[in-house]
Amino acid sequence: MQKKIIRIFIVLTITFIIVVFFVGLSKDKTYDTKDLVGQKVSEFQIDHFIDNKKISEKDFKRNGFTLINFWASWCAPCRDEHPYLLKLRDEKNLKIIGVNFKDKKSNAQKFLNDLGNPYTEVATDKLGKHSVMFGIYGIPESLLVDKDLIVIKKFVGPILKNDYRLIKNIIEKK
Amino acid sequence: MRIIIILLMLFNLSVAKAEEFSVNPNKIYKNLRCLICQGQSVGDSNSEFAQTIKLVVKDQIKEGKSEKEIYKFLIEKYGEWIVYNPPFNKVNFLLWLFPYLVFVAGGTIIFLFLRKSNNH
Repeated sequence: MQKKIIRIFIVLTITFIIVVFFVGLSKDKTYDTKDLVGQKVSEFQIDHFIDNKKISEKDFKRNGFTLINFWASWCAPCRDEHPYLLKLRDEKNLKIIGVNFKDKKSNAQKFLNDLGNPYTEVATDKLGKHSVMFGIYGIPESLLVDKDLIVIKKFVGPILKNDYRLIKNIIEKK
Repeated sequence: MRIIIILLMLFNLSVAKAEEFSVNPNKIYKNLRCLICQGQSVGDSNSEFAQTIKLVVKDQIKEGKSEKEIYKFLIEKYGEWIVYNPPFNKVNFLLWLFPYLVFVAGGTIIFLFLRKSNNH
């Protein structure tokens, strides 16, 4: 009887270890922010890029959808997504808030002058601390939120053709 | 002599209290994963992400938040992946309990063996 219990215990232990290794190794270790989707954007106040005022979550409530885009003049992929942001600027149901991330004001201004300004409002996050509120870990990153401030979709990396289409589909459906 | 002992005890108590309430940022950095680095903690990394997280942790300590509250905030934003020592919950409870179960079961097996060999 004792031997049987020991055998069962050893088999269960080995099975458990194999299952843990299998699950652990087959799990995708790439960090994703899918947990943020469906969450409500918490209260925040970010400095306006030019004016002496703050941009807060209350500004988003006025829009059907808001795309919060984190960008910087030193970020090369931000240049790739810029044409798509300019296209999205014309969408009636969407406002784009740009958050200039850890950047020099003069460089950021030049970036917008050279490439065009797709943003309804531009905020500045000089130390990058506000980006943590949005679960940002690199740029470019964007969040699409609805008027109830619920995150509909998070885009890690530049917004390209497929993302542009997806955003259009989402905002045109509602 | 008694007075000295009482004073020492009081001093010990105050040190213990201070340690309880002061939050060590370096301890927190060590338990946070740098999401854009290969196998580095926020404490070990000097990346943009790690620098930002360090600033946020410092701010939250200044605001009087506890270590647990800081982890909770960061888990809300980045998921449990950001902490090296994830909190006990229904998803990972088996992993937390397993070492203890093995310890108890191992002890039981040794006990049974010893009893058996003594009987012979």
